[in-house]
Order: sequence, then structure tokens, then C-alpha cells
Amino acid sequence: MSALLEAINIGKTFGGVQALKDVSLTINAGEIYGLIGPNGAGKTTFFNVITGLYQRDGGEIRFDGVPLSLTSPHEVAAAGIARTFQNIRLFAEMSALENVMVGRHLRSRSGVLGAVFRTAATRAEEVAIKQKATALLEYVGIAAKAEIRAASLSYGDQRRLEIARALASEPKLLALDEPAAGMNATETAGLRSLIEKIRKDGTTVLLIEHDVKLIMGLCDRVAVLDYGQKIAEDIPANVQRDAGVISAYLGVPNE
Amino acid sequence: MQNKKFAGFALIAIALIALPIMVGMGFGNAWVRMLDFALLYIMLALGLNIVVGFAGLLDLGYIAFYAVGAYIYALLASPHFGLHWPLWAILPIGALVAGVFGILLGAPTLRLRGDYLAIVTLGFGEIIRIFLNNLNAPINITNGPKGIAGIDPLTIAGQPLTKGMDLFGFHFHGLYLYYYLFVILALLIVLVTMRLENSRIGRAWVAIREDEIAAKACGINTRNVKLLAFAMGASFGGVAGGLFSGFQQFVSPESFGLFESIMVLCMVVLGGMGNIPGVILGAVVLTVLPEFFRYWAGPAQQAVFGQIFIDPESMRLLLFGIALILVMRFRPMGLLPSARRKAELEHLAPSLDDEGKA
Repeated sequence: MSALLEAINIGKTFGGVQALKDVSLTINAGEIYGLIGPNGAGKTTFFNVITGLYQRDGGEIRFDGVPLSLTSPHEVAAAGIARTFQNIRLFAEMSALENVMVGRHLRSRSGVLGAVFRTAATRAEEVAIKQKATALLEYVGIAAKAEIRAASLSYGDQRRLEIARALASEPKLLALDEPAAGMNATETAGLRSLIEKIRKDGTTVLLIEHDVKLIMGLCDRVAVLDYGQKIAEDIPANVQRDAGVISAYLGVPNE
Repeated sequence: MQNKKFAGFALIAIALIALPIMVGMGFGNAWVRMLDFALLYIMLALGLNIVVGFAGLLDLGYIAFYAVGAYIYALLASPHFGLHWPLWAILPIGALVAGVFGILLGAPTLRLRGDYLAIVTLGFGEIIRIFLNNLNAPINITNGPKGIAGIDPLTIAGQPLTKGMDLFGFHFHGLYLYYYLFVILALLIVLVTMRLENSRIGRAWVAIREDEIAAKACGINTRNVKLLAFAMGASFGGVAGGLFSGFQQFVSPESFGLFESIMVLCMVVLGGMGNIPGVILGAVVLTVLPEFFRYWAGPAQQAVFGQIFIDPESMRLLLFGIALILVMRFRPMGLLPSARRKAELEHLAPSLDDEGKA
């Protein structure tokens, strides 16, 4: 398997706090890669560094064989990494369909002149954007709610909509930040089969999650962060038995 | 369907053509003049709507671009520099220069939002006005507080519109001709705004308004898209400014104060932020109503009480304030809220019915 994303010695400090310290990990093309760790371990920080929301203080990232220099979020998105957010960030006043249509931004080009003169190319592109967005709503299973305002959707549907919007840019890597947070068992099962379908259709998935059952059942490999450092990286079964991981989650037993 | 649509357009066209004639015959030319101003304000409000309504960037210095457009026209078509360029050359230049100013003033504010953005843009608006006030030395560019007078009237095909025109045995006063020119340009601006709204760029603006971080994560270059909003909004202001200049044939810095900026912002907010018909309605209401009170409040008091208690001018502001408070209390989304929100209400209605049955 070839490496899709290589993070090498990533470091990030906030003031005096070392949120990430020399974190290195490799995500292979076509896998579902889990990132877990106790609260405050640096998972979301790592995520934000990868997606360009934070600038890293040290280290290197190579994506699809190309170094990602210090970049801004929209450039990372253009490189092929799409993400969702831990606390859902949808365009609340827009309909579900419009949300996904915004997600097509990178895959369309018309500018002001095209829009003002409504050129043939622009009209064709608008039709294509709408078709693709409708297909994606279908894909994540909320096609019936296309015209509903994003803020009025149920929590589970909002999560699905956010995934559809991220997929709209046709990313190579889909990064999901705690997608199952706040979901009940049925919703989680549905999410799980959706993530499996996304992987099967050729998109690599990076998953941050608290739901250990979901991670263990779904991921090909898992990395564990604790206090900003990677303490394990292996297949789920081995990580579960790792003494360091157990003590990070449960504490070290008294002598 | 196609026929129905055509009939609708025809009806609107007839109404727009007939409006000044009816108003002029019914109430006198002063009211036609007000229609002209209403149209200028519609153009301004639609421009500001792009920045405030679509992209969600609170701009309190918007009138500066109106000023830029007005002074461009004044400098290029007046005895001040002895230049007398034609309208069709000046308007695009005015739009372009105003657009460039939009980018210049927008660029430093890109990282700001909400209150902070409002304060900085307010400052920029004042800077432009103060510049205009003081650029009469060492080289006299703007003629300072005295303003520029004797500006060429708007002229089409060699015919100054001020002179009016005889057609079908009817004398069209110059104010009517201005009205028709302004209507055409306002419709053009409406068309451009509508097309932008339902485009990739329009969606990107709304996305930034709704959630800037998510917009970035969707691959939107928020810096460029915001600057585009500033530039587009400013260029509409530049066009309106040029027309204002040729219409009044006089400009001075005092026409472009903070109050004007706030007035245009109120039109956008009162009418329904982000909704084109709402913004147009807001501009018309806020142009016509105050004038209405100014004309009637004095005589009405005279008739009822035999004397004037409250100066109509100050009463105008009072009523204006009351109107705003009422709108904010009873229609917080504006007089005509955007279709998006209306669709939402219609979605709610049947579900409430269902609950009633259950």
C-alpha cells in the first residue's frame, strides 16, 4: 500500500503548552485510519494542523507524494483533504442542497462575468453542480431533505450533510472529527456503514473518535495520542492490548 | 407559463413607464424628483446588500464609494478641470475606480468581523469624506468644502436630459428623462445582483456569512471572495454616485457623511437583508416616507393646531426612528424577509397542522 499522508515530527505549541510533540504517522491510501486518545491529548489539534486551520511549529507533511508547505485551509482543501468538524459547522440558513453545492466550489470555476452574462458554460456548470449535489445527498441518505434548511435538520442528518458537503470536493482523504459524537446506537451503526461505503468507493478516511467500539470495528489501523505524543500505532486488536494505551486511558495502577 | 411570465414583465414595464407620469400629474414634479432619488438609493442599497446582506460584512462607510463615483463624474465633466467627457465613458470609470477603492478599503479589514469591522469601515468612510474636504491644497483637486459646481448634466446622444423632450405631444420634463435612465440602470443592477446571488460566487458569499471557517474548509478562498464582494458593492455605489453628480450638477463633501451611510444600511436592514425585493422596498420606503412627512407634517400641524409645534425636519428623524423600532420589533427579518426564511416558515405550517390533528 502506498502512503497517502505522511506526517513527520509534527509539533505545535500554544503559548507554553506543547499540544503536539514530534507526532509522526502515515496514512495509507484506501484505509480507514483511526486517531484516538484521552480528552486533551491533541487529536483535534493534529487534525487542525493537517487541514491548515493551525500553522504547525515544526515538522513536515507530505500528501500524495507532494510536500504540503505552510498553507491555508482552502489550499489544503484544494490539495485533496476535506474535513468535517467536531461541533458541526454547516451553513445554517442554506438548504441541505445548497450546502453541498457550496462544497462543489473547488470543482467548478465560473466567476463574476460568467454569472452576470450567464454564459452557456456557466449554465452547464450550474446544472452539473446541482446534479452532483443531489447525487451526494442521495449517497448519504438524506435526498428527501434537500430543500430543508440545514439548521432544521435532525442532528444525525446534519452529520450526514456535513459528510456530503466534504465529499463534494471529491477529496482523496476525508477527515472526520468525532462524527459519532452525540449519536445513538442506531445512528452510529448507520454512520459506520456510510464510512465503510465511502472507503469502498475509493476515499481514504481519517477518523477521530471517542466511541472505542466504532473505532475498533471500523479502522484498519489506529494511532493513540496522549499528552501530544503518539504512544501507539497498530491494528486495533494490538492497540487494545497495549500496556501504554491502557495506562493512558485508565491510569497507572498503584504499586 | 412562458406567456404568463412575459405578461408579468410587460405589466411591470408599463407600470415603470407610467409611474413618473402619474406621479408628476398627481403630485407635481417635486415628487418625480423624489422618484429619481429613490432609484439612486435602490442602486446604492443593492450594492451595500452584496457586502452586508450576502457576504455578511457590516460596512458603515459605504457612502464613500458613492462619493468616489460622484467626484469622478464631477472632475471629468465640469469646468473645474475643463474636462467634458461623455457619460458612457465616465460611468464605467467611476464603477472601476470605486471598485478599486472597495478593494483598497476592504483589504486591511479582512480579518475583522462584526463590531470591529463596522468601526474600521466607519473610519474609512470618514477618511474619504475628509480627504474630499481637504484636497484643495496644495493642488486644488476637489475644491474642498465649497464643492464642485456647474457639473455637466447627464447627456445622452448629445441631448442634455435637463432640457426635457417633446414626444407624442407631451412634454417630458428633464426629471422624467432622468427617471427613465435611472430605471434602466437600476434594472441592470437588479439583474446583475440576481444573477450573482444564484451563482457559485453568490453561494460562496453566503457561505462566508454563515460560517467562515467551514467556507474555508470547502476550499473557498475567503480573502479573494470577500474582496470581490467589496469591489462589486463599491462599483454599484460608484455608478450611483456618477448619476447623482450629473443629476444634481453639484457635489460637495457634506453629501457623503456618516448619516448617509447609516441611511443606506437602514434601507438594507429594514427591507430585508440579503433579499433583493426587500432591499428595493426598503430603499423606496425610506426615501419616500421621510419626504412625505416633510411635506405634510408642517401643513397638517398648521391646519389642526394653527401653529407648528414640532419642526417637520426633526419630526422626520423622530418618525424614522419609530419606524425602525417598529420594524425591528414586529418584523425582525425586515419587511420582506429572504425567500430562504419564508420557505422555512411554509415548511413549518403543515407540521403544526399535523400536530393539531394528532
